[in-house]
Amino acid sequence: MKKLSLSVIGMYLMMAHAFSQAPATDSTGYKPKKLKLDEINLVSSYYDQTANKSAVMGGRTDYKGNGDVTDFANGIDVTFIGWDKKQRKNTLSVGLGIDYHTAASQAYVDSNGTSRNNGTRIYPTLNWSRENDKKGTSFGLGAYYSSENNYYYSYGLNAFVSKKNKTNGEFSLKVVGFFDQIKMIYPTEFIPIPKIPPADNTLHYITTASGGSELVNSSGQVVSKSKGPDIPSKPRNTLTASLSFTQIINQRMQGSVELDMVYQNGYLGLPFHRVFYNTGKDTIENLPSQRFKLPIGFRLNYFLGDNIILRSYYRFYADSWGLVSNTFNLEVPVKITPFFSITPFYRFYMQSAAKYFAPYAIHTEQEQYFTSNYALAKFNSNLFGAGIRLAPPKGIFTNSLRALELRYGHYTQTTDLNANIISLNLSFK
Amino acid sequence: MIKYCFILFAAFSFASCAHVKEYQKNRINDSEMSLSSRHVEKNELNAESYREGASGANGGKTGGGCGCN
Repeated sequence: MKKLSLSVIGMYLMMAHAFSQAPATDSTGYKPKKLKLDEINLVSSYYDQTANKSAVMGGRTDYKGNGDVTDFANGIDVTFIGWDKKQRKNTLSVGLGIDYHTAASQAYVDSNGTSRNNGTRIYPTLNWSRENDKKGTSFGLGAYYSSENNYYYSYGLNAFVSKKNKTNGEFSLKVVGFFDQIKMIYPTEFIPIPKIPPADNTLHYITTASGGSELVNSSGQVVSKSKGPDIPSKPRNTLTASLSFTQIINQRMQGSVELDMVYQNGYLGLPFHRVFYNTGKDTIENLPSQRFKLPIGFRLNYFLGDNIILRSYYRFYADSWGLVSNTFNLEVPVKITPFFSITPFYRFYMQSAAKYFAPYAIHTEQEQYFTSNYALAKFNSNLFGAGIRLAPPKGIFTNSLRALELRYGHYTQTTDLNANIISLNLSFK
Repeated sequence: MIKYCFILFAAFSFASCAHVKEYQKNRINDSEMSLSSRHVEKNELNAESYREGASGANGGKTGGGCGCN
């Protein structure tokens, strides 16, 4: 009887509780808002690099300027924001990037240096996220595609969730997958040259880096061109799990920590990267089919006084190829006025060599894995420069141009690589 | 090594901090105080990821793409 009474009371309380929720009419006058254009970001950059050692030429130093690169990159990101019936913020972001580059080494995919030395990369992106301010949660999904002429194409997917806590901290988990297809374009000396017609040795085919063929006569003139068969490709997959935590430490300081766990498998070298053995014979770089990377980064920002901000960053990185690196970065935005700031910055980077790297003509034919790509060599690099940011409340020239950022950096590597990069960001509302 | 990274991550994550109220966040909410990289840095980070052996943990790429040139 006692049990029954308690059950009845319990049911009554549940019903009372349920009905108390029923007339939950919104007294705030809140109305959902459809997705509406919020911001357009345009980013343009010009990158100019000079170097003598290139991976295509196996790190040879006798081809002056062989590592020279220019890249003109342009991107647009359009963001739409809306609020649904449950007062959740929905953000949709659509982006498109187009790069045009020239690379001196690309010409030497053909051993005569006659391959096309330029190309275009196109990369659209699509991201959607939903943020629940009441619960402090958000999640999102994204997709990405990238293609560079005949060299490769890639697509990617990402998803993230995050949760804010009561002490101004936020945890995030993000998973990203990139799925590439690398076109197997070999240096021309590794492609057998068919003689057509077989009996005529005054004409021969040269296979170009774009996969086509050119029929050339004995004086080097092109008699005819053909597109050639489709070039086979090999897959490369990159899976990343990122954990991050951000925390407001006090009224002037906040920091974050980000840990990425990256697993790659598939064809991790590039088929047109040469390696020269100590015998003088050349071959194609060969690297393991798996790589595990573990970078962890820390940021700490501090508002010093009323006009100066210290933005610091440190990253430790290690991977299964034996490469270990440390990165230090410091930016010091100085607010000349509340809407105009100048930001000098400096970045120092150091890395050890991957265990498969050796310079030109050092590898032996007995080694299983080998590369002469200087991105995997031991070196230090420095990047320094400055940026300006202008964001007056009434816009720049027009009301819709809300912020302008211009940034210049000079980059040097102890491998004799030097580069300059200038970037412009225009933000429209 | 992985263990030490997790310990560092956990130590930072659970560190106690002063509670900052919304009206006290005028400096924290300044655009220059953002804990992510800037839009204008995007192509700079790309170039670094192709010219150097390390990448990731900075909001930039961790893989994917060619970096062919």
